[in-house]
Amino acid sequence: MRQAIAMAVAVGAVGIAFGALAADGGLSLAKALALSGLVYGGSAQLAALGVAVEGGSGGASVAAGLLLSARNVAFGVALAALLPRRLGRRLAASQLVIDQSAAAALAQPRRDRAWRAFWLTGLWVLALWLAGTAAGWALTGAIDIETYGIDAAIPALFLALLAPRMRNPAEAATALAGGAIALALVPFTAPGIPILAASAGVVAGLVVARRRTRA
Amino acid sequence: MSWAAILALAAGTYAMKAAGPVLLGARPLPARLVGVVALLPAAVFAALVVVDTFGENGELMLDARAAGVGAAAVAAWRDAPFLVVVGVAMAVTALVRALPGA
Repeated sequence: MRQAIAMAVAVGAVGIAFGALAADGGLSLAKALALSGLVYGGSAQLAALGVAVEGGSGGASVAAGLLLSARNVAFGVALAALLPRRLGRRLAASQLVIDQSAAAALAQPRRDRAWRAFWLTGLWVLALWLAGTAAGWALTGAIDIETYGIDAAIPALFLALLAPRMRNPAEAATALAGGAIALALVPFTAPGIPILAASAGVVAGLVVARRRTRA
Repeated sequence: MSWAAILALAAGTYAMKAAGPVLLGARPLPARLVGVVALLPAAVFAALVVVDTFGENGELMLDARAAGVGAAAVAAWRDAPFLVVVGVAMAVTALVRALPGA
């Protein structure tokens, strides 16, 4: 419970940043809350918003968000054995699948404790994520985005999410390749395309991973 | 973002979240697919860092954001907490913008 609340507080602070950026990007409060409540995936929401704010099409924005949601497939598979057997509960629990709830559940050795850790974390994080989104949205009119460097918060958020992954050589290779692809494409393609194309950087990571398993 | 885009993203994300628990049950994903899915966030995060730092209306630009994100990279590399990394980026970007002549 304590761990669930600690995670929720940290996520809530990020929610404030998301809410502020959504408001700055011209989204209504209802749209910002719909993203936080219905999509409920911080990085996917930020990616979709980032593409939309850069002037990308709706399709490019949705595709960028879905690329970041793709890891939920892996979480869902890992969690499948820990969730209740009834289909209705599984359908409801699925909406709570996020990085934090998956990590909390998978860290528990016993099935009943894993389920409890999962829904406690999922619900607490959802509550503070929505509260943070609303607070950030409301605060935005009062502050100037450029003066306070808030426009640098989005790339910094992604940098902070990326940093722990850079210790894994396959992920570091993927990140370097993906970043290079995106940088090269920015002047020549529609907004959003560089981010989608960067997923080809995975090939570099797969090569590194294969070499390391052979060595 | 339009409502259609928001609802499409919500539906697609939910489908991905629910795919494992509802369809596959306890069966594992093919190992090759798991490897690709595990690497995707690194590629996409890196791309977003680059595009949101240097991109501006389809052009590459070097401005105050680069200084802020560069400082944040040092903080992240030194294992600073999440919010410190974001705070450093905002503070350094704001500071560079406040410099006379900037």
